[in-house]
Amino acid sequence: MTNDRDELTGMVPTKLHKVLLAIAVPMTLVAMYLVFIWTPVERMMGPVQKIFYFHVASAWNAFFAFFIVFVFSLLYLFTKKRAYDLIAGVSGEIGVIFTAIVLTTGPIWARSAWNTWWTWEPRLTTTLILLFMYIAYIMIRNLDMEWQKRARLAAVFGIIGFANVPIVYMSIRWWESNLHPVVMSEGESAGGGLEPSMLFTLIFSVFTLMLIYFILLQKGLYVEKLKLHVKKMKAKEQEKMIS
Amino acid sequence: MKHLFAPAMAIAWKDLYAEWKTKQTITTMLIFSGLVIVTFSFAFDPSNQAVSALVPGMIWVITIFSGILGLNRSFMQEKQNDHLHGLMVAPVDPSAIYLGKCMANLVFVLLVQLISVPLLFLLFDFHVITGVGLIYFVMIVFLGTFGFIAVGTLLAALATHSKSSEMLLPILLFPLVTPIVIAAVQATRIVLVDQEGVSAALSWMQLMAAYDVIFFVVGFLLFEHVLEV
Repeated sequence: MTNDRDELTGMVPTKLHKVLLAIAVPMTLVAMYLVFIWTPVERMMGPVQKIFYFHVASAWNAFFAFFIVFVFSLLYLFTKKRAYDLIAGVSGEIGVIFTAIVLTTGPIWARSAWNTWWTWEPRLTTTLILLFMYIAYIMIRNLDMEWQKRARLAAVFGIIGFANVPIVYMSIRWWESNLHPVVMSEGESAGGGLEPSMLFTLIFSVFTLMLIYFILLQKGLYVEKLKLHVKKMKAKEQEKMIS
Repeated sequence: MKHLFAPAMAIAWKDLYAEWKTKQTITTMLIFSGLVIVTFSFAFDPSNQAVSALVPGMIWVITIFSGILGLNRSFMQEKQNDHLHGLMVAPVDPSAIYLGKCMANLVFVLLVQLISVPLLFLLFDFHVITGVGLIYFVMIVFLGTFGFIAVGTLLAALATHSKSSEMLLPILLFPLVTPIVIAAVQATRIVLVDQEGVSAALSWMQLMAAYDVIFFVVGFLLFEHVLEV
């Protein structure tokens, strides 16, 4: 029986995970309170501006998640440890979810702030390309082959993908400034001169989502490890049935 | 240096010679680019003067679509009779394989451009460029194609491990080559349409050159991980 317990290490939630979860629930509620009740309603944009806290916080965490993919892809290529590969993979998936949140909340906000759903502005375009790039990353991860090979290929793509992000951003910004200079900078400077309470709420929501990111990362790792365990058990059962 | 270039030349030569014997890839790429031009003529009325502003974009759409075909073949043909395995275990630096494949693919795509771009100009009745403009144009085409091939060769090698590599490669490649597409189209547009802003074209070419260097080095370093057994 003790043997079974040992095998399950890394598959059942640890104390740390439970503690994080316990912190996350009140923190999310506080963040909701701050966003919807505590902060004043923006004069120009009205209540739509509330989406800003979710939007910016998800964008920040999406970039963070992709940075983690990059770091753990590098670590995987150097050490070939499976745990690093799993972390990079789960982080990539969470990053795609956050990017999807950014790309859905963004147009809703933009519709009322800029009176358009979408503009081909550097930040927007880069985010869209980022989404495509990491969907491709997930597709590589779902290839049907031995895990070492797949992990290596995914790591290579994770590295070049991340290296590409600044170049994409720069080239699009250049392209934009050639066509119609200074489009969105007004919206940006409005974001820069934030009310202190709004800034606090923003930072608070960034950290709340970051905590959620870490919880999701751990959960994802548990799921991945359980999947591996199930696969192993299946193989064992099959062997038993054959012999 | 010699241990790198000799095998690279051998691989490039092998690909080019095999292609010379079969003419399979080049023919397909040429016919495909011709078909793309025909499709363009349906989509954008060639007799309309405003359409000439779209020609720079068309050049790169042709390059990338036909280039994808060539890149797919580049490593797929190695899968027959398990040649890929032979390359992996060959006593050469994996970077040499990358270099050789890059050279061969670059030659394929440049050859296709050599025919399809004049054809595009001819069929869309585009004005002939001469003198300095032509030199710039050739340099832009080379820089853009090189960047595309540098990333494309690495990702084509990556995608061959998949059973559906033809479908996977474009999805991997397109997001990564966006900078080169933007820069190449912009630079080409400047050179072809408004010749006054050549200095602006130069800065785009610098961006392309930087991209080329970065991704060639990255491909060079990471290729061994892609081809490892």
